Amino acid sequence: MTINKKDILGIAELSRDEITSILDTASIMKRIIQSGDKKTNYLRGKTVLILFYENSTRTRVSFELAAKYMGADTININVSVSSVAKGETLVDTGKTLNSMGADVIVIRHNMSGAPHLLAKHVNASVINAGDGMHEHPTQALLDMFTIREYYKTLSGLKVAIIGDIYHSRVARSNIIGLAKMGAKPVIYGPATLIPPEIEKMGAKIAPTINDALYQADVVMGLRMQLERQKNALFPSKSEYARFFGINQVNLSLAKKDALWMHPGPVNRGVEMTSGVIDGFNSVINEQVTNGVAVRMALLYLLAGRENMKVSRHASGTVDIPVQEACV
Amino acid sequence: MKILIKNGIVVTDEYEKRQNVFIENGIVSRIEENYSADADMVLDADGLYVLPGLVDAHCHLRDPGYEYKEDIVSGTRSAAMGGFTSVACMPNTNPVADNKTVIRYIIDKANREGVVHVFPIGAMTKGLRGEELAEIGEMKEAGIVGVSDDGRCVENSSVMKKVMLYARMFNLPVICHCEDSRLSEDGVMNEGALSTEMGLRGISKAAEEIMIARDVILSKRFDVPVHICHVSTVLGVEIIRYAKRTGVKVTAETCPHYFTLTERACAGYNTLAKVNPPLRNEEDVEAIIRGLCDGTIDIIATDHAPHHMDEKNVEFDKAANGMVGFETALPLSYTVLVKGGHISMRELVRKMSTKPAEILGIDKGRLIEGKMADITIFNPNVDYQIDISKFVSKSKNSPFHGFHVSGKVVATIVNGRIVVKDGELVV
Ligand SMILES: [Zn+2]
Ligand SMILES: [Zn+2]
Repeated sequence: MTINKKDILGIAELSRDEITSILDTASIMKRIIQSGDKKTNYLRGKTVLILFYENSTRTRVSFELAAKYMGADTININVSVSSVAKGETLVDTGKTLNSMGADVIVIRHNMSGAPHLLAKHVNASVINAGDGMHEHPTQALLDMFTIREYYKTLSGLKVAIIGDIYHSRVARSNIIGLAKMGAKPVIYGPATLIPPEIEKMGAKIAPTINDALYQADVVMGLRMQLERQKNALFPSKSEYARFFGINQVNLSLAKKDALWMHPGPVNRGVEMTSGVIDGFNSVINEQVTNGVAVRMALLYLLAGRENMKVSRHASGTVDIPVQEACV
Repeated sequence: MKILIKNGIVVTDEYEKRQNVFIENGIVSRIEENYSADADMVLDADGLYVLPGLVDAHCHLRDPGYEYKEDIVSGTRSAAMGGFTSVACMPNTNPVADNKTVIRYIIDKANREGVVHVFPIGAMTKGLRGEELAEIGEMKEAGIVGVSDDGRCVENSSVMKKVMLYARMFNLPVICHCEDSRLSEDGVMNEGALSTEMGLRGISKAAEEIMIARDVILSKRFDVPVHICHVSTVLGVEIIRYAKRTGVKVTAETCPHYFTLTERACAGYNTLAKVNPPLRNEEDVEAIIRGLCDGTIDIIATDHAPHHMDEKNVEFDKAANGMVGFETALPLSYTVLVKGGHISMRELVRKMSTKPAEILGIDKGRLIEGKMADITIFNPNVDYQIDISKFVSKSKNSPFHGFHVSGKVVATIVNGRIVVKDGELVV
């Protein structure tokens, strides 16, 4: 179980095998989380810097917990209130953090490609926690992990992704990842929010929401950036809900056991009705738990490997060396 | 000072022939086969091309205001290294060149310290704001050769019409940066599969094409010649081709990067390839080359746009638009267009020297007896890799580092004075 990378910048850079390795490692991590004693020492002595240029309590806490469960020291840097205000560039910040001895830098940035720029200037491993409208690889990995837990495979599944595709890094990472793993991503949303030539990334554009949902194995809603309303990309919340919202009526077109997902936080009644969000098939809360497991897996694969040997038996079962690694 | 250039192949827009060129007191006094006379300096140009000095109708010298990127001294030296003997610089300086004082400053400084001829272009509108006419008449008296709000587009069609009518009174070409900036929506690269994949805001080709169409229509309706800057798309070329066929007095330029690179150069968030208009697709590159071949695109300009490293070593969204161009323009054009079999050497000279001078209305771009000796000597027989560290420009923002090209500028003579010799600056 390895990945051959210094950084995790996007799903685009990961091979099918690497994605599988990450998801396999994440299942081990999930069992660690569920084992009760969550604290491990795989990242003992390592420092994980969490560098957020954009607010997201969810993702930040998820990474922080993952790092803590792995035994790393974590430092949170909320850049909006510190160096950027003083005019320091991303490259300068990166060089400073690097000199301070960070092993992993988790970066969230409102501009696409910022993690790539940072990665070029630091020795630390860089994990992209969301960059602009580009990628959100850990979210896509946790989505794929969640789907795989239910279906055991991703291959052949129809995954409907509904909403603001244009601004969504979650959609982009999921489309790339799902297509790579043999699933069939189908997208739908207001035409003003479908980016040009998105099909080239491996997604089909459905002509109607019903076509998108019909026989879907997974239905994924995306967060509507309501503040972008002023750009007149769609007429109103109510019109959005009427034509692009996921509700129990149109969901009845999907397969009976289809999973209902959303990266959160949900605008209730806009992207999804409450009935869907809290519905029986909704795995929205599980996505959150899985997020921690996936992020633990990535930290382990990037920085903690030398502290532990995970072996896979011929039978396919995997050792969970919780005790050995804990002190 | 008498200079004899021996055994070179003189290429003008009219002929290509082995000739000797004799220069006396800054003037070309004889062009004749095997001509011989006593000279203070003899340049052996055997196997080399002797060209009328190149004329760049569109560049940014960044002086005044942004001298940390470039100034008139470094910019004109860089131009000379690229074989340019005359350059027309755009007015988006700080302060904006929208009045006679700034124009005089540029001309005076160029006369004192520049190494090639500098022809300033004045702003169309005050502060490049696209609202009120700039003092075009006074700037003409001070020495401008055209008007442009380059970097921006005058979006108000009524203002644009007034610019055209007013500039025509002073016989100044109207030089149009065509971009519907509302439609380009803060985009940072070409809109398409790659912008979608990279999660960058795309600039639709339509943003450029709409304004080309508008300016061509205004030109037709009000009978004012217009010059379209840096054409980059298939439809842009087609609109101009159609306009020319129907008698519109339109001329057009493109830049080497639009026929050598596609948007792919931006992959990996390469800010060096961030330009405006953005690099486009394969089919656009082909259309630009076809447009150059059939004369739809009249000239090649550099749009030399120097930026400091710090303005490029940032997030793609934040990076400045533009690339330096003087020192790569001729080798790229020669390699792609002439060696690539698209146009002749004579045609290249026409596009990089004769015709730009004609559009600007300046007495340059011709290598004939009795004219000022502005001459470029070019060796087509060297193959090498472009090395940005050797650029004379203050800025090194070029995506062409490591590109394989043919052809090097050996000598540049400005007003009878040797500025570049053996490929090195000698001033
Ligand atoms: Zn321009
Ligand atoms: Zn320009």
